[in-house]
Amino acid sequence: MNIAKLTIPEVQDGLRRKQFTAVELTTEALRFAQAENPKTNAYLTFSDERALAAAARVDAKLAAGEQIGSLGGVPIAVKDVIVTKDVKTTCASKILSNYIPPYDATAVERLEAAGGIILGKANCDEFAMGSSNENSAFGPVRNPVALDRVPGGSSGGSAAVVAQGTAVVSLGSDTGGSIRQPASFCGCVGVTPTYGRVSRYGLVAFASSLDHIGPFSRTVADSATLLGAIAGRDERDATSARHPVPDYAALLGDSVKGLKLGLPKEYFAGLAPETGDRIMAGVEILKQLGCEVTEVSLPHTEYAIATYYIICTAEVSANLSRFDGARYGVRSSKSDTLSDMYKNSRGEGFGTEVKRRIMLGSYVLSHGYYDAFYLKAQKVRNLLTQDFTKAFEQVDALITPVSPFPAFKIGEKVNDPIQMYLSDIYTITGDLAGIPCMSVPCGTTPDGLPVGMQILTKHFAEDVMFRLAHQYEKAGGFTA
Amino acid sequence: MAKYEVVIGLEVHAQLSTRTKIFCSCPTSFGAQPNTNVCPVCLGLPGALPVLSRGAVELGAKGAIALNCAVQPESVFARKNYFYPDLPKGYQISQFDKPLALAGHLDVHVNGETKRIGITRVHMEDDAGKSVHDGFKDSDRFTYVDLNRSGTPLIEIVSEPDIRSSDEAVEYFNEVRQALVFAEVSACDMEKGHLRCDANVSMRLKGAEKFGTRAEVKNLNSFRFLKQAIEYEMERQVEILESGGRVIQETRLFNPDLGETISMRSKEEAHDYRYFPEPDLIPVHVSQEWLTQLKASMPELPQARRARFINEYGLRDYDAQILTSSRDTADYFERAARASSDPKQAANWVVGDLAGLLKADGKEIPESPIPAEHIGELITLITTGELSGKLAKEIFPKMYATGDSPSVIAEREGLKQISDTGALEKIVDEIIASNPKQVEQYKGGKTTVIGFLVGQVMKQSRGQANPATVNAILAEKLK
Ligand SMILES: [Zn+2]
Repeated sequence: MNIAKLTIPEVQDGLRRKQFTAVELTTEALRFAQAENPKTNAYLTFSDERALAAAARVDAKLAAGEQIGSLGGVPIAVKDVIVTKDVKTTCASKILSNYIPPYDATAVERLEAAGGIILGKANCDEFAMGSSNENSAFGPVRNPVALDRVPGGSSGGSAAVVAQGTAVVSLGSDTGGSIRQPASFCGCVGVTPTYGRVSRYGLVAFASSLDHIGPFSRTVADSATLLGAIAGRDERDATSARHPVPDYAALLGDSVKGLKLGLPKEYFAGLAPETGDRIMAGVEILKQLGCEVTEVSLPHTEYAIATYYIICTAEVSANLSRFDGARYGVRSSKSDTLSDMYKNSRGEGFGTEVKRRIMLGSYVLSHGYYDAFYLKAQKVRNLLTQDFTKAFEQVDALITPVSPFPAFKIGEKVNDPIQMYLSDIYTITGDLAGIPCMSVPCGTTPDGLPVGMQILTKHFAEDVMFRLAHQYEKAGGFTA
Repeated sequence: MAKYEVVIGLEVHAQLSTRTKIFCSCPTSFGAQPNTNVCPVCLGLPGALPVLSRGAVELGAKGAIALNCAVQPESVFARKNYFYPDLPKGYQISQFDKPLALAGHLDVHVNGETKRIGITRVHMEDDAGKSVHDGFKDSDRFTYVDLNRSGTPLIEIVSEPDIRSSDEAVEYFNEVRQALVFAEVSACDMEKGHLRCDANVSMRLKGAEKFGTRAEVKNLNSFRFLKQAIEYEMERQVEILESGGRVIQETRLFNPDLGETISMRSKEEAHDYRYFPEPDLIPVHVSQEWLTQLKASMPELPQARRARFINEYGLRDYDAQILTSSRDTADYFERAARASSDPKQAANWVVGDLAGLLKADGKEIPESPIPAEHIGELITLITTGELSGKLAKEIFPKMYATGDSPSVIAEREGLKQISDTGALEKIVDEIIASNPKQVEQYKGGKTTVIGFLVGQVMKQSRGQANPATVNAILAEKLK
């Protein structure tokens, strides 16, 4: 057994054939992850006790001949912006460095109900704000493929553990590309489901109208299984969808022959060949599988970055108000008055990028600016969504790059927020429209850095997206 | 002062009578140990999300209907951002540009005149917790926070600036309270913080069209404070204007101990609440069908009930007004009226004797020791002749003191009216025998003297004789 390469079916097969027990596998997975972690800093916290207790429950079910669930015995990492009862949840921020939640996120509950084993909490950019994982208060994550490079962000730790083999699958969150971009940088599969497909209850809010929880894995099938386990209506999240959840994993084998794919021209203009060539090679494989490919246009794409940074920062400015040092988290010791407590706790507790976004958001919402910024951005968001709606009248899925460039060096863009924001240029549109989208590995650059291909489909068409990705993965041989 | 006219608008905040909070299922019960009726949602813990309670929308909509407002088919929650330790999310979830209901009104009666006060809007919001500044040994350095109230459902009712005196303001506030209580939307218990209001007060020269600069007095939680605060503001503002100064736009607080308002923050320091639509909630939809159901389920409102008391029971306008001053009073009266079959009599007892005893006792109708049914019984005893009006008046305070029914008291104290002719004839004979002079006068044609003789019989019977029967027997015997 090579623990670093296991897939969900392999774990379940091993358990059924009694090659190992869940407790044995978990013990070994924890040992391996803890030994390997110093190389990447991908885990912030290990939850040994909780993991071993969950494993014991799986073993008990196996012994009793009961179903162990679709994730039974599978070692999983959870991004540290998703709350876990009695296990420290820091959001990679100093202000929550001591915070232990009294409840579980719905996704965490469902993951464990399906037999999943949570090994620990994955590093990320502070409050999920960033594209390189360099904004963590607890140090950057290194890309397991090239340790001097970033793993992408904000779910850098969730991507790294899967690429490094220190978890079989992981949960991340995506607001503007935070799952797909690190998946593409680390050479794994990363999925942003339809907005509302997975409950946000227990996901510490960054930008509520854009936040998604989604899976990382080494194979498309594993992401399909993980999403199937956590998706579905949750009465604790008013924005969660009532749409039924298909058995994604069971539908992967269906043919993709005759599916119509669109290449939005705005996503390829000026794209560097090291990335562009890989995507076009991927498109060739899809053609060979019987897909029809046409060019389409998403004309409002150029406004996406501005729109995104107005809406997301506005929501940030309100969402992060609760971190005030009054009730939980870190309170500055230099606080003699109420106003000092706020200023010092937030001043000392938040990092630069978080403060930048709070200030931007407070500005765009302030009196007299609301119409010019926030309201206009919402109108443009509608236009961007309509672009997709029109495109999906012609095609079943869109194929684009995930990122304009592969993983960059640690420190390379850290002082240039605009350059950093531009790395999300191909991913934020999917979040703004709320449609499902994913990154699937499509080979490497001449320097050996992974490149991800993005597949986008219409709302709730995750099954089509998974099917395309799975067939492509088989044909292309890019499985990690 | 005589040159000036006051312009007042009120913002009334009322707690909805839901069993649970607006965005979570914690109880709204009053008086629990601090921070026990709480959960991740109302504590504003990271990751927790609000889910709107249908019950709160239902009560909010009923409140709006009671205030003659148009409930909107779609309304939207918005975040109102400000920092305060008892506001756990750092924002209040309220409604801003798309409120629950618009364009209502209430009629108020002041100095015998009826005036219509416009209601701009009714919107829903969640309440904050409570900051406790005193009572702990380190209260000089720390403030404690109790979040039991956090997430309690409120409606805010914003009036048009139609109010022109402190009396009108008090009357309007009271009418709002009655409408909400009658509609079973809010208990409106001011001591429990169910109802409070903010008053926007400005002065202008009589006849002027433009409004003057207003001051907003926050958090008035009694009718008396509202009146005092407005009157203080009127004087303060006139004094400024008369001395050539300018009133500044600001938020003020009322100090009940001094009866004065004090500046809290100026316009420059005013919060920029940075409202934007709450992304965690979907818009609230009230369908035409649901609205029709809600309207059909509305209890009778004070103005309708007043009209019915006049038409159905033949009450005087004045009595009808008093008897509909609260839902409890109206319900009490109707129970008494139904038990008695003489509604006018019932009204007299409730408005007169009962109100007097309650007032002396510092009690309200719901605490009345006399059940409404006992008033009905008392009236029946009078109508059937078993009790004289005089005896009834004597018994009533005893009913109040003991809570016993009038027949039980009459029985116990031997106060039953004697209508038995045999027993009365005996007394009449005695009186005729002992008053020969008056009997002589009567027979001589001075028939009015019979009143004296009846009085003697009544006295002899310790008031228990039925006066009508006595009269008849005397007339017969003196023929
Ligand atoms: Zn609660």
